[in-house]
Amino acid sequence: MPIQVLMPALSPTMEKGNLAKWLKKEGEAIKSGDVIAEIETDKATMEVEATDEGTLGKILIPEGTADVAVNTPIATILADGETAADLGKASAPAAEMKAAQSAPPADAGVSVQASPAPTGVAAPQSVAEPDPEVPAGTEMVTQTIREALRDAMAEEMRRDGDVFIMGEEVAEYQGAYKVTQGLLQEFGARRVMDTPITEHGFAGIGVGAAMAGLKPIVEFMTFNFAMQAIDQIINSAAKTLYMSGGQMGCSIVFRGPNGAAARVAAQHSQDYSSWYSHIPGLKVVAPYSAADAKGLLKAAIRDPNPVIFLENEVLYGHSGEVPKLDDYIIPIGKARIARSGKDVTIISWSNGMTYALKAADELAKEGIEAEVIDLRTLRPMDTETIIASVKKTGRAVTVEEGWAQSGVGAEIAARIMENAFDYLDAPVTRVSGKDVPMPYAANLEKLALPSAAEVVQAAKSVCYR
Amino acid sequence: MAAPKKTAAKEQGQDRDNGPPPEFTRDQELAALRDMLLIRRFEEKAGQLYGMGAIGGFCHLYIGQEAVVVGMQMALKQGDQVITGYRDHGHMLATGMDAKGVMAELTGRRGGYSKGKGGSMHMFSMEKNFFGGHGIVGAQVSLGTGLALANRYRGNDSVSVAYFGDGAANQGQVYESFNMAELWKLPVIYVIENNRYAMGTAVSRASAQTDFSKRGISFNIPGEQVDGMDVRAVKAAGEKAVAWCREGKGPYILEMQTYRYRGHSMSDPAKYRTREEVEKVRHDQDPIEQVRNRLLAAKVSEQDLKAIDADVRKIVNEAADFAQADPEPDAAELYTDVYR
Repeated sequence: MPIQVLMPALSPTMEKGNLAKWLKKEGEAIKSGDVIAEIETDKATMEVEATDEGTLGKILIPEGTADVAVNTPIATILADGETAADLGKASAPAAEMKAAQSAPPADAGVSVQASPAPTGVAAPQSVAEPDPEVPAGTEMVTQTIREALRDAMAEEMRRDGDVFIMGEEVAEYQGAYKVTQGLLQEFGARRVMDTPITEHGFAGIGVGAAMAGLKPIVEFMTFNFAMQAIDQIINSAAKTLYMSGGQMGCSIVFRGPNGAAARVAAQHSQDYSSWYSHIPGLKVVAPYSAADAKGLLKAAIRDPNPVIFLENEVLYGHSGEVPKLDDYIIPIGKARIARSGKDVTIISWSNGMTYALKAADELAKEGIEAEVIDLRTLRPMDTETIIASVKKTGRAVTVEEGWAQSGVGAEIAARIMENAFDYLDAPVTRVSGKDVPMPYAANLEKLALPSAAEVVQAAKSVCYR
Repeated sequence: MAAPKKTAAKEQGQDRDNGPPPEFTRDQELAALRDMLLIRRFEEKAGQLYGMGAIGGFCHLYIGQEAVVVGMQMALKQGDQVITGYRDHGHMLATGMDAKGVMAELTGRRGGYSKGKGGSMHMFSMEKNFFGGHGIVGAQVSLGTGLALANRYRGNDSVSVAYFGDGAANQGQVYESFNMAELWKLPVIYVIENNRYAMGTAVSRASAQTDFSKRGISFNIPGEQVDGMDVRAVKAAGEKAVAWCREGKGPYILEMQTYRYRGHSMSDPAKYRTREEVEKVRHDQDPIEQVRNRLLAAKVSEQDLKAIDADVRKIVNEAADFAQADPEPDAAELYTDVYR
């Protein structure tokens, strides 16, 4: 029976890609290991190798096709003795198995799915309140968060010769997640430095360079690996200004993906929001939209203090409108009303916003108008915006991927209690990651993460509905 | 004090057969004597003030190791940076930081270098290119390598000197830093102050390789064992290392074989070594006595040497008076300097 070749996933979070090029023609013999096609995403170009022998029977997706969903059949291979007439019988057991594993979850916003449907990608823009930082009539460009981050760094590096980036695979490889794509070509190896795999060491070297007055951007391939470096971040970067009586500070950005990606299990899926937001001396930023990613990263690079910039791998490929301004800066420490409402306040940040906004859509269908606050910065926290909203709605739900104990949601709840206790009509409720290390199995992983359904349920419960 | 293990050094192909150190001029001898005496008298006074309760917390004295920082500082020039761990008072005085400001920081007063917020282990002077004063063992090695990265980035010819002890030499980030420093040819001198004990643990009980000059071999970083009790040997080795770094050849390791007379900190009863051991080093190798004896042999009068001591004691006493009279920081300082 002819064998189907399926569109492969290049990374745990890839949902679709472009079929760039066919390297074999229909009717051509194929051996296992032959490169038959090239596919590309916004992050990378990769070769598709044949795993079966035979003849390329039919190309199902022509080259140049964009946005081909993972697991879509792209070609069929005929085994010895089979002819084009057998093509109709093609089956793809592997494809069926994959589909079963990654059956689209009920909550399309959850990161584990490999379904082609663009998850809440455009959602934030469609419901977002206008950004007061952007003058009316400003031209907007659509960018992925990955591109927005890259542009932020490139703009700041053009502006200030003391800004440089260092980290694993940031230069020659163009970034493990392609966030630094093109920077080596523009700025050269002096300012775009590949480091060995040595987080503790290069974080310390970055802090030392910052103490000498440079402005390093230290990329961690993920914040999970920054655990190796956390002593330098906290004991050296965060505390030196104070310990020196204000004499010696440290202008440095530590950035990289934080939180759960997809199917990478416990050691590679952890949200460090609460860890860093605990520390005086650090600023902690965790954007959700492409515009915020750009404006806040530029602000972080210019900030004279150490800034932890928490990105999210699931969001890197998501697109949004970014104001086309020469110098688009968003002040650190200001939350944003992502959606207005009067019945309940939902507070989140980073990828938690995916669940929050989806839940707000669902709640609206049931007549509950949720106000969604995107914190954007966790330290200093914009308590004022939270309190103003809660005074209006009388109810609050926090949403985070991290664990509940000593989490950011716990901090928000305490601040609401301290500042708006008399305005509350219901206890503040937290939706969080479950109190377990992240499991690998797709179904368990989905259960471990928050979901829009949980946010809906929490919002309804505080509304006594 | 064991003699430098030159045989072992040759086997390893390390370049450290220096012969006897070059003689100092009389002025150099006098300057070295004065600088070492200032550190010793300062530390003795700090020990007294600690005993009186005027200095709190941890207080790590540098007595016995004076030749290391004084000799190294003689090899440096304006713009070179210095960073060290928590046994840092000597380094600060050697870089020219004011004794009053250092002592007032020890007593936690507003006139201290960190306004009283850093204490013994955390002082800095941008003016003197002294970058601390770090309390986490080994952290200063990566930070010092970062200072060197900044020098290379800026294309200047400054060298950074990262001091650490035989204890810190076993920390992982030291080797991460060695690797990157050699990979990127960074101008950093790693000065390992081997005072034979990491707190209470003798080198032989903690280190598989007790010849610290060899610790860079697998990274191709040259290293030398230096008699850290002889200020002339320290200066000579420092100059060689500085020249190596300024020529763009990358990092250099100097193992300074030295000894601390006092405990690890003020609260250390020092049961891990005998009184006789300490007395023997003091008697045979004291870095200050070595210089004094050479000066006396060169017909400098006892009176002249006493005048130097009196001058140093005056500075230290004034520092101690200031440090006790200066007010504590204003309560409002609690919340300043967290961000800028």
